[in-house]
Amino acid sequence: MSSYRSIVLVKQVPDTSNITGSAMKEDGTVNRAALPTIFNPEDLSALEAALEVKDRFGGTVTVVSMGPPKAADVLRDCLYRGADRAILVTDRRAGGSDTLATSYILSQAVKTVGEFDFVFCGRQAIDGDTAQTGPQCAEKLGVPQVAYLTEIIDVKDGFATIRRALGNGWEVVRAKLPILATVVEEANEPRPQAAIRVMRNKHKRVPLEVKEGETLRDEDRLEQWSLDDIGADLSRCGLAGSPTKVFNVQSIVLKKEGSVNVAPTEEGVRGLISELVKDRALG
Amino acid sequence: MSRNNPQGEVWVFVEQEDGALADVTLELCGKARELADKLGVKVGAVLLGYNVASLANTLYAYGADKVYVVNDKNLARFTSAPYAYVINEMINKYEPQIVLYGASPIGRDVAPRIASMTRSGLTADCTDLQISDVVDPKTKETRKNLLLQIRPAFGGNIVATIINPEQWPQMATVREGVFPKKDADEKRVGEVVSEKVEIPAELLVVEVIERFVEEKKVDLKGARIVVAGGGGVGSKENFKMIFDLANALGGAVGASRAAVDGGYVDRDYQVGQTGTTVRPALYIAIGISGAVQHRVGMQESAKIIAINNDPTAPIFSIAHYSIVGDLNEIVPMLIKAAKERVVEE
Repeated sequence: MSSYRSIVLVKQVPDTSNITGSAMKEDGTVNRAALPTIFNPEDLSALEAALEVKDRFGGTVTVVSMGPPKAADVLRDCLYRGADRAILVTDRRAGGSDTLATSYILSQAVKTVGEFDFVFCGRQAIDGDTAQTGPQCAEKLGVPQVAYLTEIIDVKDGFATIRRALGNGWEVVRAKLPILATVVEEANEPRPQAAIRVMRNKHKRVPLEVKEGETLRDEDRLEQWSLDDIGADLSRCGLAGSPTKVFNVQSIVLKKEGSVNVAPTEEGVRGLISELVKDRALG
Repeated sequence: MSRNNPQGEVWVFVEQEDGALADVTLELCGKARELADKLGVKVGAVLLGYNVASLANTLYAYGADKVYVVNDKNLARFTSAPYAYVINEMINKYEPQIVLYGASPIGRDVAPRIASMTRSGLTADCTDLQISDVVDPKTKETRKNLLLQIRPAFGGNIVATIINPEQWPQMATVREGVFPKKDADEKRVGEVVSEKVEIPAELLVVEVIERFVEEKKVDLKGARIVVAGGGGVGSKENFKMIFDLANALGGAVGASRAAVDGGYVDRDYQVGQTGTTVRPALYIAIGISGAVQHRVGMQESAKIIAINNDPTAPIFSIAHYSIVGDLNEIVPMLIKAAKERVVEE
């Protein structure tokens, strides 16, 4: 078997499907701390794609995430599912990064990991839906991107044959490695955690997760990198490295004009339909 | 990286497939025209492909003054790295101040790659674009004529305005249907600028070997009546009711993101910021609470009916007709009433 080196970029995100009133701050921004966090769904698909390459064609899977120490949760999850190595890039100076700064930091981390054949990431994260970080990383790594991967058809002789989704169909591309691929949810069914791998990895922590008075045994240490460790130019990280600025945030004032209350009864509904017919809204 | 050029043009990235222009490109040409008129500059459409120069006349008709054509066999099919390379070269040469892209699979693939090269800001899925002077809150300095990129933000009833004051071009993606397609003015003429860009061989390493494109299954944008279901519908089985009502009314089916995420219906049906924007004569929102991301995709409907058991649901604030109650009782009543309706000629 050959040995393909895959790097997977994953993100821990607030569970936006569970946003409640208490998660909103008074200024209209989201209080992320009040939200439950989850593994960004399409990043889980990206991990599965990398594990599939490893299973079918041989190789290794390294996972990289950027976030606060708590984001080590998703790295442990990756280890439970089959990743070989996991690294957290965590640094307060990375706070406030937009997609451009984030992609710079992640690409520096990938370069620090070393040479690769594949970088996999989810198409987009549910907390922003921008789908920008993947393509931006590809450019910074100097490799082509294959967006919206739905199937790895074959990997052979330094080329990957991949099916990818178009809005209205699909295409099959043959790409010379290395590449970055963004993966969509339809691509696969992520495998569950393996009990034996949970047993083996559940005590792993990044040093910043360790509370005062606790000790971290060497075999339980998860790799934790700062911006210095990845040789990042600080002017390209965090707010300083983010060209997009939030100019203002407004609550929407909903205008209510002449709304008609319709009774939830046969009669009310029948009246509504005939009014719509009269108004030519219905034919 | 290009410098910030206040005389720079407003550009639209042209999306075409086998010589057919994407609707979103024509919609953006109209918006670019508005922005450019405010700035007193020209609209440039950037057209990459092979033997596609004949599309220029259509682009003029929808608002372009200039069409930059890069004709190259290697650009016949869209692949992101060569396309991004060519556009970045053109940006460096001509220094547009704004570049707009459709938030389509192609636009969302190529635009971020370009933004990574120009190191300028890119705002995804804008629901409005405006030109305005901006006073820096810290320095009190006025920046003339910035592009305001407006989009609903994460999670709640808020809209964020994003600017890219420092590093231009200012770039944004916009979904199809967000801006209406203006009427074509066949008399408008423009100028073709032919460009030759040498694409480095190391970028030509992704080859399209097979392709399948199907007709759109769901035509929400063109529908006169849209019946949309949300998370309140509760299940895939129950969502059948939404189809039944749409059939009874002769309308199309739509859905909120909650319904799509819940697996009740395909993503093709999604109405809203990350789905389709619709402006039908009649929009019926069933079991949809009305988060801002949904509302921006339907609030310009001529008539809106909202059905929800929660009287405080935000959807009622924009509804013309409100029915508070159990959708499982109301929708069957509506289907019955719709089937029995009498239409006078």
